[in-house]
Amino acid sequence: MSRVYLDNAATTPISEVALQAFIEQSRQLGNPSSLHTYGRRVRKDVEEAREKLAGLIGCHSSEIIFTGSGTEANNLAIKGAYWHRNQSGKQRNVIVISAFEHHAVLDPARWLEDFEGAEVVEVPVTREGFVNLSELRNVVLERHDEIALISIMHSNNEVGTVQPMDDISKIAQEFEIPLHTDAVQSLGKVPLSFKDLGLFAMTISAHKVGGPIGVGALILQKGIDITPILHGGGQERDIRSGTLNAAGIIAFVAATQSAMRDLESNAVKISTLRKKLVAAIQSEISDATLNGVLEGATLPGIANISFPNTESDALLLLFDAEGIACSTGSACSAGVQEASHVLMAMGMSEKEARSSLRFSLGTGNSDSDIEYLQTCIKRVIDRARAAFRG
Amino acid sequence: MKLIAAMSGGVDSAVAAARAKEAGHDVIGVHLALSKNPKKYRSGARGCCTIEDSHDARRAADVIGIPFYIWDMSDEFHEGVVENFLAEYAAGNTPNPCLRCNEKIKFAAVLDRAQAMGFDGVVTGHYAQTRETENGKTLYRAIDPAKDQSYVLAVLNKDQLQGAHFPLGDTTKENVRKEAQERGLSVALKPDSHDICFVPSGDNAGWLRERLGSETGPIVDEEGNKLGEHKGAYTYTIGQRKGLGLTVPAKGGEPRYVLKIEPVSNTVVVGNRDALAIHEIYGAKPIWCGATPEATESAPYKGFVQVRAHGTPHSCSYFRKINDGVETLVAHVDEPIFGLAPGQAMVIYDGERVVGSATISGTR
Repeated sequence: MSRVYLDNAATTPISEVALQAFIEQSRQLGNPSSLHTYGRRVRKDVEEAREKLAGLIGCHSSEIIFTGSGTEANNLAIKGAYWHRNQSGKQRNVIVISAFEHHAVLDPARWLEDFEGAEVVEVPVTREGFVNLSELRNVVLERHDEIALISIMHSNNEVGTVQPMDDISKIAQEFEIPLHTDAVQSLGKVPLSFKDLGLFAMTISAHKVGGPIGVGALILQKGIDITPILHGGGQERDIRSGTLNAAGIIAFVAATQSAMRDLESNAVKISTLRKKLVAAIQSEISDATLNGVLEGATLPGIANISFPNTESDALLLLFDAEGIACSTGSACSAGVQEASHVLMAMGMSEKEARSSLRFSLGTGNSDSDIEYLQTCIKRVIDRARAAFRG
Repeated sequence: MKLIAAMSGGVDSAVAAARAKEAGHDVIGVHLALSKNPKKYRSGARGCCTIEDSHDARRAADVIGIPFYIWDMSDEFHEGVVENFLAEYAAGNTPNPCLRCNEKIKFAAVLDRAQAMGFDGVVTGHYAQTRETENGKTLYRAIDPAKDQSYVLAVLNKDQLQGAHFPLGDTTKENVRKEAQERGLSVALKPDSHDICFVPSGDNAGWLRERLGSETGPIVDEEGNKLGEHKGAYTYTIGQRKGLGLTVPAKGGEPRYVLKIEPVSNTVVVGNRDALAIHEIYGAKPIWCGATPEATESAPYKGFVQVRAHGTPHSCSYFRKINDGVETLVAHVDEPIFGLAPGQAMVIYDGERVVGSATISGTR
């Protein structure tokens, strides 16, 4: 059976350079915080990687705080900024996010609402999958004195739309409100520069760009202080504690470097494949529709498609049985599929959201993958429709 | 064949899935999520439907080497099983939710979905056997009488049975556990589930009281004399002797039993054991698990009727009665049965073969 991986937005295959860097670095003995020769040698490797990464994403090396994941970086940015901005004086308890943030932003914000007296304002998004700028402007105009921070994702992980960060940034800067972005899906896929975006913080992660799982980073503007969430040795600027994951960090940077070097050629290749994928699906399934936008402000690899009168869990099982890996929205802790909050924020009904799948392409995909998908999709959709529970 | 193995996270369904795969079938494991909020259902080792159970099912599928998915059947389960359970109690009946779950979920909603998706049937860890006979696939008791579950499967019609696969019917529970250990399944020693999976505390009466209210009402004797008060008629079962809380002694000093539950007047009727004696049982909407019996009132068949999940089979004569197109199953027991709750199933056996079943609608 052919095997086709179309779930690169969930995680990417580790790149050969990253794997080699990881293996090699793992052989090096030493805690990067140790003061002896062993420690210093590993620390040197980490700091070189940090400087390299800073150059790649347009920030200063001291602005990089390595974390254990993108989720940790998002939690650190949101909780850390919220607590810091509310530790004394004027109360700033409003957190502004978009309605279709990743759970790693949505849930820490809601947690602060439940336990720390925050008020979360979710800015609506358009049917195409873009933050409604006039709504954002209205919220900021009305409540700027109360806002602790704004967090809006750089690109959406389910539909791939790239958000108008320049405009968002202007609104935030006008009222001097800290702006954070979750750029996990954008790194290595579209141009990304921390300093040009005018952010106070930005989240990135290794395993979406060919690096290993278990390492991410929060880019935090110099001079800005936030409250730590992990306390201990204070390894990263006294803001994040925990032994530095040297092998992970070095592999992360190697993967990012290679992705950034080939960014333009990969983007052309992958976005061409994406258009072929959408065309192939629509040629077989006439009522299939793309969520998000086909061209323009979109990631090259994500195609979210609705198949009316199907349920995504049945689609996923049937595609999996054909050897094709794709993805639905998130699942609860017991594994029950939930209707995508992203698609519902974009105005779709629960039923429509439940009939949608995300295909995400990466550098490892080729024309033959699309051709293979085209040979099975009719069978899959027919069966899913027969099993549809309405 | 392409089969869906329904995996609860328990030892039986895990071994059943493993056997189906070993028999050469193309098997996919599916755990049924029956609650919208799994944390609300029973936790720990006491039942199904918990996060721990879905994890156990997933790990069993890994060990067996089959794909694994979770299907959300919570709407179907709520409608077909939980609401039915409440409605039956509210009507003064004593329903069996496991039987409804087999009828409406495992071998209806799940089987239909599986067949629509191109699968041939559903494998479960039930203790029952099927055999190919001249009347098609027919249901039989399991060889382990202590575990036999043919009673709760007797609601399956011929079509449903066609898609049902029970690989454990020829094995004792003890040997299933041994086999699970040999196969390296971590659920080998997991305790059996008991009671009702959607009653988190195991406190059936309390669960019903929460949902149906606890309106007090009279407990009366057969002449209508009030003897005491109850806190919700539906928490009683016909034939129940303990927990009546009556202080007025019976005339002959004999123990008293619940004879009747009258939901409209919210009354519980009690009396002596003789008043519980039943000679004839009537069942509505019979389902035949194989050939439809030709038995009539003038020419009844001999067989056995079972009225509880692990109850005794009672020797009987049975026949089908059709009035104005409405079919009733009638069983005349050779020796009287004491205490029989309407709402339970009456299952007819011909030796080890399951003939069919009906929901008890009345007795005489």
